[in-house]
Amino acid sequence: MSDETSSSAIVIEHLSKSYGPKWAVRDLSLKVPAGCVYGFLGRNGAGKSTTIKMLTGMAAPDAGRVTLLGEDVSTLSSQTRSRIAYMAEGHPLYSWMTIGQIVQFTRPFYPNWDQTLVDQVLDHFDLSRKQKCGKLSRGQQAQVSLALAMAPDPELLILDDPTLGLDTVVRRDFLEALIQLIQSRGRTIFFSSHVLGDVERVANRIGIMVDGVLRVDCPTETFRESVRKVVLGFDSDPPDFPGCEGLVTWRRVGVELELVVVNLGPSQQAIIESLEPRWTDVVEMNLEDAFIEYTRGSKRSLPLFKWETNRVDGVAVERTA
Amino acid sequence: MDFSVDVASRTPIYRQLGDQIRSAIARGRLLSNARLPSVRELSRRLVINPNTVARVYTELERDGLLVTRHGLGVFVAPPGSDLTKKARRERLIVLLDGFFTEAVLLGFTSDEVRELVQDRVAQFQWQSGA
Repeated sequence: MSDETSSSAIVIEHLSKSYGPKWAVRDLSLKVPAGCVYGFLGRNGAGKSTTIKMLTGMAAPDAGRVTLLGEDVSTLSSQTRSRIAYMAEGHPLYSWMTIGQIVQFTRPFYPNWDQTLVDQVLDHFDLSRKQKCGKLSRGQQAQVSLALAMAPDPELLILDDPTLGLDTVVRRDFLEALIQLIQSRGRTIFFSSHVLGDVERVANRIGIMVDGVLRVDCPTETFRESVRKVVLGFDSDPPDFPGCEGLVTWRRVGVELELVVVNLGPSQQAIIESLEPRWTDVVEMNLEDAFIEYTRGSKRSLPLFKWETNRVDGVAVERTA
Repeated sequence: MDFSVDVASRTPIYRQLGDQIRSAIARGRLLSNARLPSVRELSRRLVINPNTVARVYTELERDGLLVTRHGLGVFVAPPGSDLTKKARRERLIVLLDGFFTEAVLLGFTSDEVRELVQDRVAQFQWQSGA
């Protein structure tokens, strides 16, 4: 095991999985350094859940390898397993168990179990130990799941869309709990999420899956800073964009051209100038907007409240999209 | 002292926080030797990664605005700067020119700008002399 590997909490090497003819995950390689909070992003169907299932050993890859805390996940020792906590999508709990029972059930797997912490979390949310898990609201289930995930004081936490379906307040509660977790040094958190605002708050690094392939793997800020929207204004029909290095997508919107470019530099500027637009505007974006522009694809968005102008025989015809 | 972050903003979080602290110091809302919240406290309050807070504090310390006192916390540095007077003037001139460009393009007269400057100067806590 190299030095590099031992300072990584998660090492994924050339991971692939297909379902029938379709690749769910294709040649994925990724290292998550110890102590990192890693936001794993991508549109639905991009391969995030499949990857996480392979990370936790719940699905077998067709190729490649996953190493957690230095051990291959397919042969994880129970000692190492007890240092890892996992929150599955939808926070499934055995519906017939009471909260008290599920705590008692989970506890023996973890020698480091902090019962005081569990009690604190459950009391904080006013959760009675006699309540059946099946009768809990979604938010309450998430709270129980989180208590169970925090109790073993895990070195590595893997969370699959932990805030899915939670209301705004519960989501904020969850985030605050996560911040508390992060504050202890050396703890690694790997989570997938659709709430980009939350990811921006807590993630040091992000990865973005697009159609089964990891297209982005860098510090959160690097991604933000690399993606730019460039809007070019013309007097009339804009020309087709000839393409440039780092072009993600482009489209015509009325008399404007909108480009999404990664690492905008002098060569791209030159190509833009060559089209002779009347004006140019370079737009910085927050993480959510940058993510949307990056992953939206070349399919036109549906401009529901937009008027489009089409030229038909020299006469401008207006139509709603 | 109330800080806030807006994740919807185009400005990255660390820059928002950095700007807010700088502004608070410049306006006298945070005085010399005032203690700032710890990295832990602030990250909890703002619900952001403590690394981000740590990074802002480090940057501001490097710029001479904050100082860490071991075991005690992070404080606003006493006035005085490492930069020479010349370097400080130059930094300010860059900002001024940017401001004037904007003002000219917005159609202001120099008298209007002077008046505006007088008015805003009064909002800040200036060093006396030196």
